[in-house]
Amino acid sequence: MNGAGIIKGMVETARNFAGSYYDPQRLTTVQYPEEKLPPVENARTIPFLVYDGDDAMAGLRCTACTICEKECPPQCIYIIKDTIKKADYVGKLQMQPKVFDIDISVCMSCGICAEVCPFDAIKMDQVFELSARDRFAALLLHKTQLAKPDDYFVKLHKTEASDINGRREENKRKTEAAAAAKAAAPKAPVAPGAAKEGLK
Amino acid sequence: MPNELAFLPCAVVTLAGAVAAMMLRNLVHCALCAAGAFAGLAALYLQLDAQFAGFAQLLVYVGAVAILIVFTIILTRGADLRPGAAATSPAPWVGLLAAGLVVACLIGCLVSSPSLNRLPAATADAPVKSIGEQLMNQYVMPLEAIGLLLTAALLGAVVIALREPPKSEPPTR
Amino acid sequence: MNGLDQVFVWLGHWLASWFPVPAQPLVLAVLAMAGIITVFGTCFALTTIVERKTLGRMQNRYGPNRVGPCGLLQPIADAVKMLIKEDIVPFSADKTLHYLAPLVLTVPIWLAFAVLPFGRNMSAVDLNAGILFFFAIGSASELAVFMAGWSSQNKYSLVGAMRAIAQMISYEVPLVLSTVPVLMLAGSLSLNDIVAAQGTFTYGGLARWNAFTPWGLAGLLLFLIAATAESNRSPFDLPEGESEIIAGYLTEYSGFKYALFFLGEYLGLFAVTGLAVTLFLGGWHAPFQWLEWAPSWFWFGVKFGALIFLFIWVRATLPRLRLDQLLNFSWRFLVPLSLINLLVAAVWWRTGAWKFAAEAPARWLLCAALIALPFHWLGRALRGPLPPPRKYTYAE
Repeated sequence: MNGAGIIKGMVETARNFAGSYYDPQRLTTVQYPEEKLPPVENARTIPFLVYDGDDAMAGLRCTACTICEKECPPQCIYIIKDTIKKADYVGKLQMQPKVFDIDISVCMSCGICAEVCPFDAIKMDQVFELSARDRFAALLLHKTQLAKPDDYFVKLHKTEASDINGRREENKRKTEAAAAAKAAAPKAPVAPGAAKEGLK
Repeated sequence: MPNELAFLPCAVVTLAGAVAAMMLRNLVHCALCAAGAFAGLAALYLQLDAQFAGFAQLLVYVGAVAILIVFTIILTRGADLRPGAAATSPAPWVGLLAAGLVVACLIGCLVSSPSLNRLPAATADAPVKSIGEQLMNQYVMPLEAIGLLLTAALLGAVVIALREPPKSEPPTR
Repeated sequence: MNGLDQVFVWLGHWLASWFPVPAQPLVLAVLAMAGIITVFGTCFALTTIVERKTLGRMQNRYGPNRVGPCGLLQPIADAVKMLIKEDIVPFSADKTLHYLAPLVLTVPIWLAFAVLPFGRNMSAVDLNAGILFFFAIGSASELAVFMAGWSSQNKYSLVGAMRAIAQMISYEVPLVLSTVPVLMLAGSLSLNDIVAAQGTFTYGGLARWNAFTPWGLAGLLLFLIAATAESNRSPFDLPEGESEIIAGYLTEYSGFKYALFFLGEYLGLFAVTGLAVTLFLGGWHAPFQWLEWAPSWFWFGVKFGALIFLFIWVRATLPRLRLDQLLNFSWRFLVPLSLINLLVAAVWWRTGAWKFAAEAPARWLLCAALIALPFHWLGRALRGPLPPPRKYTYAE
């Protein structure tokens, strides 16, 4: 019949209109600042630096190897190495960054820095409310602003975090076991061994 | 008294519109002033209590004929619309002579007509119903002739605007 | 009942009694104008927000809900925004025409409200040829579209204006033709007489509205379709669709002039809705006799609101028509159908003299069939042959 399509269309919009008052499927708006959609695990915006424990600067996993700085396509990471070394989670002394800046107005969220980091120190964050009143200085984030605890990383990316933490536990256990075995082993001649121990 | 008071502005608007339609240099302005003159005429009809004639004048002249004129301007002269030649012609006395003759003729006819001596009619009552009845009874032949003329004009317009039928398959709708 | 019904008339006369007798008609006219401007200006503001919220709900979202409770103060925010915007006139534009176009659009449309009967004894002017006045005034606003498109000195504005004028003159024919049966059967061009002719009641108190007859229903639908096209509303909003031609003849207008165009468009919609209520839906009469106790202007308002909701509903549902589809629809479907509607109205009138048992349903069936069959055939002719069912080469 002529006009049947129009009638069907109008019935559908009428259903939408009436249903929007009682059926949540017919009103799918999320009223943004008051309600937010739950985050998706694979979403990514800007990087952040992971630290273990409570002290952000002491527990920072980053060893200033500058691989991420070199691999970053728009080159928005600026690292300056520190002269003081710091022990990592297995006790080995590593270098640390004195300055670690990311210019988030340049960052393109590719995630390459997180992919190439050998120490699982830099990961992709999901924050998007990053507007600032200042175009330049406020969008250059420093080490202290970028550092976030490992619990936060676990909350964002559960599966990846459990993998990484599993590996780190394994490494720690092995290192401690090797150190214990070495301590329990009979002592070698003191002079050259002591010099080597001293250097470590 | 109110009738005569109302006559003056209507007449001024009509005359001003007509003069502007002749004298202005921009063609589109001329067309729009002509539309204004039509509206002034409609006001004159209304002032004489001829409601049907007044509204029909608005409907037909301002609503259709003026639109036709502007459409013609858009479609033909739309591209280049520089201000036209000067409004006054090089030999104005010819026009003045012709206008003077016409005005003299009209005034002569008006003054010698018997209708000036007739008493003003009682409120002229021309409701639409009586116009309709007259059209269908007394003036049916002119009505049909006008209808025939309009049909011929419509057919002519359609034929002129008709495009060549395409040789290939008809376009999908 | 009578008091509430005539409260505005009484108020007008009481205010006018403060003035000397010779000036009273003028004062009454000015009061009527003030009333119309107030009511329909507020109606315009309300309609913008109601339309946005209704469209939102029909599209599975909220409408504006930040300004004021439920977004009801949004029109004020919009008005402030329009007023403080910079009024940009293109350098090579024709300044006089550019300035006059919004005025030429809006002023005649305010005039059209003068003949509509909003309630018992509540039309501002009672003209003998009321409907003719209405259509004459409506056709005067088409020149404004041309002025707007031309004065902008913009190719797209000009094309948009041409399309808009073509659309408006094409849909004026079915608009006027669909009202002719009403005039025929009421025997008068005066809107008050037409409303009075629909004032009798039949069968259990049902009113004799024109929409309850087959030719009246068809006429109402034709009139509403033509009215949608006349006010450039979706699905006929090709001249001002943003994805089509930016804003057509409105491209070079900003700030208050744009608001005036908007106002003119909505007021045109209100005027034709008021006319549809008057001609087809019984004006200010109640639908049933036992509902006549409610004030007459209340019934007018209810029907008016229902039709406006219908316009918004149609806008939310239908996609935009292309120009050739639009013009074909008018000339090849609506015009023949309105002429046939005229014939059916004549048949209805003649068969009113029938006096046998089942005369009412028989008349209805006969006239409905006389309209429905051409409706079907004309629709088929307009649509043409359907394309063959689609064969997908790559998808299963």
